[in-house]
Formats: sequence, C-alpha cells, structure tokens
Amino acid sequence: MILNFPFIAVIALIIIGLYAIIFRRNLIKMVIGITIVQSGVNLFLITLGYREGSVAPIFTSLPSGTEIPQGMAFPVPQALTLTSIVIGVAVLALMLSLIIHLYRHYGTLDVRKIGGEK
Amino acid sequence: MSYLDFILQHSPALIVAIPLLGAFLTPLVSKINNKVRNIFVILIILITTIIVLLLASDVFAGNIHTYVFGSKDLTLPIVRILFEVDAMSAFMAIIGSILLLVSVIYSWSFIDKNSGLDKYYTLVLLLAAGMFGMMLTGDMFNFFVFLEITSIASCALIAFWTNKGKSIEAAFKYIVISSLAALFVLFSIALLYGQYNALNIAVLGSVIQFSYLDKIALVLLIAALAMKAGIVPMHMWLPDAYGRAPSSVTLILIGATQASLYGVFRVCFTLYGNTINLSTASIGWIIVLLGLITMLIGVAMALIQSDFKRLIAFSAVAEIGFIFLGIGTGLTLIGNNQMFNLIGSTAMSGGIFHIINDSLDVGLLFLVAGAVYYATRETSLDKMGGLARNMKYTTIFFIIGLLAISGIPPMNGFASKLLIYESTFQLNPILSIIAILSSIMLLAVFIKVFHSIFLGPALPKFKEVKEVPKIMLFSMGIIATIIIFFGLFPDLIITNIIEPAVNGLINYEEYIRQVIPTFAGGF
Amino acid sequence: MNGMSRIVKTIANVTFPLIMIYGLYVIAHGHLTPGGGFQGGAVVASGCAMILVAHGSVWTLGKIKEKNLSILESIGAFCFILLAILGLGFGTVFFKNFLVGSNLIFGIIPSFGSTIANINTAGVIPLMNFAVGLKVIAGLFGIVLIMAYASGRRDIK
Repeated sequence: MILNFPFIAVIALIIIGLYAIIFRRNLIKMVIGITIVQSGVNLFLITLGYREGSVAPIFTSLPSGTEIPQGMAFPVPQALTLTSIVIGVAVLALMLSLIIHLYRHYGTLDVRKIGGEK
Repeated sequence: MSYLDFILQHSPALIVAIPLLGAFLTPLVSKINNKVRNIFVILIILITTIIVLLLASDVFAGNIHTYVFGSKDLTLPIVRILFEVDAMSAFMAIIGSILLLVSVIYSWSFIDKNSGLDKYYTLVLLLAAGMFGMMLTGDMFNFFVFLEITSIASCALIAFWTNKGKSIEAAFKYIVISSLAALFVLFSIALLYGQYNALNIAVLGSVIQFSYLDKIALVLLIAALAMKAGIVPMHMWLPDAYGRAPSSVTLILIGATQASLYGVFRVCFTLYGNTINLSTASIGWIIVLLGLITMLIGVAMALIQSDFKRLIAFSAVAEIGFIFLGIGTGLTLIGNNQMFNLIGSTAMSGGIFHIINDSLDVGLLFLVAGAVYYATRETSLDKMGGLARNMKYTTIFFIIGLLAISGIPPMNGFASKLLIYESTFQLNPILSIIAILSSIMLLAVFIKVFHSIFLGPALPKFKEVKEVPKIMLFSMGIIATIIIFFGLFPDLIITNIIEPAVNGLINYEEYIRQVIPTFAGGF
Repeated sequence: MNGMSRIVKTIANVTFPLIMIYGLYVIAHGHLTPGGGFQGGAVVASGCAMILVAHGSVWTLGKIKEKNLSILESIGAFCFILLAILGLGFGTVFFKNFLVGSNLIFGIIPSFGSTIANINTAGVIPLMNFAVGLKVIAGLFGIVLIMAYASGRRDIK
C-alpha cells in the first residue's frame, strides 16, 4: 500500500491544479495552477520508472553486486520527464510575458474585467 | 546513388530539419537587409515544399517510408525515434506546405510596415518545423514534443500586434487551453507507456488490449486533441485566436489545427485499430455526435457576429464539424466489412477530401479579410460598404470563397460535401438533413456579409481606398486556382490522392508491418 | 530596478565565478554523471540572475546588450543543428553519432559494465551538450533580463 503513495499524490496535485485554474480570478493564480498540474504529470512520469530495490542507472562506480540491467531503475522515463520540465519552463516564460503586457494595457489582473466579447 | 535517391531516402528528416535550420539562421541573416531575409525565408519554404511533393509522389505509389534517427537499420526491440510516412501523413504534409508557401508570399507586403519582423519570420519557420514533425512522426512522445513546439510558436505569433490589448488576451486564452490539452496528452501517453513499455505507435498498436486503463487513455487522448482542433464544447479559443491574429498567421494556424485533427484519426484508427471492431462502434457514434453539435453551434454563432474575421472563424468551426461527421461515419462501420464497402469508404473519402477543401476555402476568406483590413483599417461589418468599386479583384476572390465554402457546384466544396451527404443519408437520414441545413445557413451568412461589405452605396470615407499590392493578389490567386482546379476535376484528385490516404488510414496492419514484420491482425 | 547595497554586490561578485564553474562542470560531464546541457545551463543562468538582482536591471542591460545575447543564442542553436546534419553528410543517417570509434576527438569506446569515468568517450554527445548549454544560458538570462527591465519601467503605455 505504501508503494501506491506517489500515485495518490499525483491525483491530488492534478485536482488542486485544476481547481486553481477554474475557480480563481487572478491571472497569476491561474498560471500557478498550470504549474501545479505540470508538476503532477512529471511526478507521474518519474514514478513509472521505479523498480523495487534498484539503484540509479549510471555505469560510473556502481555499488558492487548490482546486476545489469535488472538491478537498475528504468532510464527512459527520466529522459521524458526532463523534456517535459524544459517545455514547462518555456510555456511559463511565455505566459508571464503575456501577463506583463496585459497589466500594462488594462491596469488590472482580474480575469472578469479583461476582454469579454460574445 | 544519385542525388534524387539520396534526397528521397532522407526526406522525412530533411522536411523537419530544413525549416529548423532556417529558423536558427534567420536572426543572423536579418542583420544584413530586410529583402535578403524575406527571400531567404521564401527560399527555405520553397525547398521544403519541393521535397514534400517528391516524397508524396513516392508514397502515393504504394510504399510506406520509415526513417530511423541515429542508426542505419531497424532492429527490434525499437529503442530509437522513428518517422513513418504513409499516405495520410503525406496528404497532410501537402496541405501544410501549400498553406505555408501562400502565407509567406502574402506576408511579404502585408506585415511589412511592422517592426520586430526577424522574430516573426523565426517563429513562422519554427511553427513550420513543429507542424511537419507532428504530421510525419511515428512515435507518441515525439508527437507530444512537436505539439508543444507548435502551440508555443503559434501563441507568440497570435500576440504579434502587441499594441492592441485584444490580441494579447486571445493569445493568453490560447496558451492556457493549449497547455492543459498537451498535459492531458502527456498523461495518457504515460498511462500507455506504464502498461506496455513502448512509445512507438506501431509497437503499441500491435500489443494493445482494451483494458480499463486503455479506455481512460483513449478518452483523454480524443478529448485533448479535439480540444486543440476546435470541436464544440472546447472551441472557445478558436474565434478569438483566429479573429485577432494577423491574417497571414491565421493561414498557418489553420494548418496547425488540421494537424491536431490528424492526431485524433491516427489514434483512433492505427493505435487502437486492433481493438475497435463492431462491438466498440460507440466510439464512432460519439465522433458523429460531436461533429453534429459543432456544425450547428458554429453556424448559429456565425449568424449573429458583426466582426468580419470572427464570423469567418465561426464558419471554420462549422466546417470542422463536417470532417468529423464524415470520418465518424466510417469509424462506426469499420468492423462490418460489407456495410463499410457500401457506405463507409465513401464517407471517409468525403471527410478526408473535406480536410483540404476546408483549409483552402477558409484560408482564402481570411486572406480577403486581411486585404480589406490592409486597405481600409476596418474590421467591423457595420462600418463598411460599397468596396466593390475600389477593390475589384478582391471581390472576385471573395465570391470564389463564398461559393466554395457553401458547396456550390463548380468549386471544390461541392465534391466533398456531396460524398458526405450521400453516405450519411444511408446511415441515418437525420444526419444528412442537419448537414444540408448547415450548408444553406452558411450560404445565407456569407451572402449577407458580401452585401454589407462589397455592395451598396459608396461611402465618402472610402474614396481613397486602392486595390491591395500585387503580391497579395498573387497569393490569393494561387489558392483560387487550386480551388477551381479541384472543383473541375474531383475524380482525378480522389483516385490519385484521397483513395491511397483512406486505404492508409484503414489498413493499420500494413502500417504496423513496416516495423514488426511478423504482425498478424485480428484480436 | 535599482541595485542592492554594496555588501550584497561584493558577495555576488565573489560567488558568481564559483557558480559558473559548477554549472560548466555539470554541462561538460553530461555523458558520465547526471546533468547535461539543460541542467548545467539552468545553473549558470541562475548565477547570472543573481548578478541581475544584486546590481539592478538598468546597469546590467547597459553592460550586456540584448542583441549580443540573441547572437549567442543563435550560434548555440545553429551548432546543434550543424552537428546533426554532419551525421547526414558522412554518408549515413541524420543525427548519427559519427565521432564514436574514430580517432578525432571523444572517440574511445569504454568496456561494458561498471568502470571509472573517462571523459574522452561518447562521440558527438558532449559537443551537443556544449551547444545546448550555450543556448540555454543565453536564452534564460535574456528572458529574465528583459522581463526585469520591462516590468520596472512605468512610462510605457
């Protein structure tokens, strides 16, 4: 049961992030909500790569007695997570630049006062 | 080997690499001169279009091209990234390259008076690389990476006119929805990877079962990719983004939206192809239902608009509903061989033909809207009138676009819509009645627009308005020529281009056998 | 924005070379230990952001002009694509690792299993790490610099 704990954390993070995006009025809080959902999905990707009782998949100075490759964790999910983190940084930078522009035009960060066309 | 063979063998990688190389060189080239930079960008897109046409002519003759990055031969188990080009991918790549070429020629004079143009062209080339990568790849995580590249580049392009507040609001709405959709795609890719330890589409398609987690992954993938394509409960970003971006950018955005639509079909037909048979026909009915709602709401919202580009954007939403209706009908009948040969293959031909027709028609209408904005600086229908006296050629192009989008005979819209009407009538008569009704309402909407912009008395404030520069007319002429050609010879296009695409989409076993030669179909 | 006090500026000046050395170490040993292009580049960019916060965005933008950062970024990206296309030019496929097993540089193939780390291995991968690291440093520092400068000015409308 203790091994299922990361998956419960993933679901909790995604639900908290979705709540922040849907129900908060401040633009910065929406961006923080998206970041929380990104963290949840990255945690899910990393947790998939765990083998019970394994070490890091690096060949330099392995502890003696580990079998190759059964004693090592999967390295592929780590590469996928790294790519996802880089994409997250780029999207975050773009969203914050757009918020700087929006604040300069409208003078407020409240989503209900910006825009609105049918 | 000769140069042609060399280019043909390496073409899937070159189609993505050449725009990427151009994108990284553009900031250095633009320090020289403005004209040199424009010619450099047009040259790069022209070379890419030629390579796409070369590859497409070989793929339509029956070979599926695979390309492994980093190694010469394909050995099992698959550890490297794979590009796999079958007829449907080549068809989408042709659409993308036509839209890119016309947009870059159009923006020579449309966007010319703005500043920050080197960043504009860099982003256009990055968007091109991302779009082609989405269409040609054979690996699910690679598809996610190119999806994110496309949405980041297109968001920055939508916000290009930063002196107005409304473009930036549209770009912010677009990036929030697009980022959320991409995260759901990543979540379902992680679900599939955790079960089967494979990321390649062909390898996943050969081992997939229809367990509970796979059903969750299928629902999330279809919902997220439909969110990026503009299907109705999730279409809120599309009118804002299409309506407030510069017109040359909207043309490329249409290509990016069709690439996400291609992603839905690749998932439904090839990834889950082994498990969708007669007992799971409900997936097809869900897609048909989504298409119907999209058509109705798109046309209904278009009737009440008073802003020119927003109105065309809502009619673009309605046209995507037609595509979903056609291909969903085919998906419903895919387990039943006899009914499929009778009804389903016609419906799928109509749906796939409508992808290219819809892109060209809506693209031409957006270019006309851009030309009107360039000449008069107005976008609202209430303030315009009597422009046919000053802008004769633009009026002719608008009439061609109007006839094409409502499905009137000499244009290409008629051929694809007729195929959809015929086949959906045999499935259930109500579907085709709603489809014909939507087409008639679209015709009504656009005749109202035509009357209020081009006909009517000449307004005194438009006395100085001249025709737009010849380069913009030339690019509109390219699309109009292709529309009329497709409309006069639809048989030629259907037998040579559309039939191989339909066969490529349905024969998932052929797709999987390129990678795993011993795959035997069936559940 | 204005800079901080003289004590903060002095300590930032002393600490910055140490952070930069650590970041370049992470970039250079990416094929042996955890790290690589993006991770090391993010460390160096954090060090540069520390200099930005300590000295103020106006002073930093005066010292480092924005177009120099743009040129550095383009050079980094262009080297990456050039290395990928050189794999095509040597007669084989795109992205092929053409330096492994040859005598030029980074060409030794280590034996399988747990060994002592040798930096002279793994072919094209360390060169790609350098290119990506350069691009990430220039890109992230440029983003932070322009954002700090833009949100500090009150007169643009």
